[in-house]
Amino acid sequence: MTVVVGCGAGFSGDRTDAARPLVDALMSYDAPRALMFETLGERTLAAAQLRRIKDPDSGDEPLLEEFLSPVLSDCLANHITILGNFGAANPDAACRRIQQLAKRLGHSQACLATIQGDDVRDRLHALDWQAWEGEKRSISALEQVVAANVYLGADALIEAMTQGAQVVITGRVADPSLALAPLCYYHNWARDDWHSLAAGALAGHLIECGTQVTGGYFADPGVKEVPGMASLGYPLVEVERNGRLIVTKPAGTGGLVTEQTVKEQLLYEIHNPSAYITPDVVINLEHVRIKQLAKDRVEVTGVRGKPAPDRLKTTVSFLDGYQGEAEISYAGPNAFARASLARETLRQRLALRCPANLRTRFDLIGISSVFDGDSQLAARTIEEAASDIRLRLAVEHADKSVVELATQELLALYCCGPAGGGGVRRHHTQRLKTASYLVPRQQVAPTVTLHGGEGNE
Amino acid sequence: MSELLHRYAHARAGDKGDRLSLGVFVYQDAHYSWLVEQLSESSVAALFEHRGVSHVTRYLLPHLNGMNLVLDNALQGGVNGALNLDGHGKTLSALLLSMKVTPPQI
Repeated sequence: MTVVVGCGAGFSGDRTDAARPLVDALMSYDAPRALMFETLGERTLAAAQLRRIKDPDSGDEPLLEEFLSPVLSDCLANHITILGNFGAANPDAACRRIQQLAKRLGHSQACLATIQGDDVRDRLHALDWQAWEGEKRSISALEQVVAANVYLGADALIEAMTQGAQVVITGRVADPSLALAPLCYYHNWARDDWHSLAAGALAGHLIECGTQVTGGYFADPGVKEVPGMASLGYPLVEVERNGRLIVTKPAGTGGLVTEQTVKEQLLYEIHNPSAYITPDVVINLEHVRIKQLAKDRVEVTGVRGKPAPDRLKTTVSFLDGYQGEAEISYAGPNAFARASLARETLRQRLALRCPANLRTRFDLIGISSVFDGDSQLAARTIEEAASDIRLRLAVEHADKSVVELATQELLALYCCGPAGGGGVRRHHTQRLKTASYLVPRQQVAPTVTLHGGEGNE
Repeated sequence: MSELLHRYAHARAGDKGDRLSLGVFVYQDAHYSWLVEQLSESSVAALFEHRGVSHVTRYLLPHLNGMNLVLDNALQGGVNGALNLDGHGKTLSALLLSMKVTPPQI
């Protein structure tokens, strides 16, 4: 038996018209099917929590209706389970919105499930924290904590499907678990069948960034051509019970699935390929083989699994100081010299006017916008012939007024700077930072709540 | 005679905290051992020196004709702390591919 899982969103800002072709393709399979939405980046959840603090009925994915309304009716009618972390900081709010949407579409009996237990913000003192690899900040040193969420695994999601949920709404779960859950449910894999679980989690990993495996984030004209960039197909993965998996996409969509697209996504955001840690299984990719079977069909085999970790990764988000950015443009003859003079003038003004602990960075956009370090400029980026340059100042400080004072100095270049500067923009934000820890699995207790429907019990 | 790595390999960057990972693969399988020669931990560290990289770990994946490079402290704080426009370091795959290399013999 084969189980097919599609991914209709790879992040919170993803294309909202993506899922329709996927659901058309899913409906054509004579096999168990599911559709996942991954819309929760590391800090997306904390931003959602801040919205929830302001308005208790918000804090879920803002684009929920846009993502779901084109496909919800067909999914409910055709036994295509939807699983999404679009609950973000408020799965109950997402549940209410999906219930209303389902009702409007004529499915008032829809059975929805919410998963809770990832949010441990109220239990900061009760858990046994361990710093995640490379984490230097102690949990007790964090002030202004906004969110603390454990990466849950697939267990509670499988339980929700067992109880008859047609839509499973989560907050923080490990991205691959959104696909692993329906694969476990339909294939009935044992929870210690590590090689199969690894295959299922890898299937999720490959599709959880949406088009990043089907030609998105891949095109490099003349070297790596991608057809149909404006209509990229989102990914489908066909997974057999023995763990063999095939990545593909809906017919008639843009993009492509090749050994190259799959390889790039295989290692995406992974460190040690022999130990990719998820809450459900530790994946070993060292023996993976990738093979093009046909156009837009790539087989992945050889993945192996090791027992799931004893501790679960937990991300804690906290407010920490303010960031300011300001930019001004210099173009035409001698632009480089004028922009450089503006930068030097700003440096002197900030030294005069701002505290020494103000953190600063300058970029000359048009010459270098991203490659340089904060203080060391790579010599090869100096291009004096450039004639359209935007000087960017970025600053950080604990005190908002200091940040505003610093960007004010760039604004003042309008009158006090070199000739011909223009197009100033200023922007200030409170910084939302994250720190990562590990907590014992036993201290985390996910729960499933059913809403509506008749369930299976 | 040197050329850019871009001609022979493709890459994608990912981030976790202040750590950058770069998956890099040759277009032609026959170039894999050449890639291993060109991209040593020290040559990659040198290319990213101005970013303040403290350590580079290289994981070879011969079945995939590629490797995973993990660079510690490459992101000036990463998406949390960086003042860089690209706090994720997503563009840094292109910095890797801008490395000057000695072309393969085959």
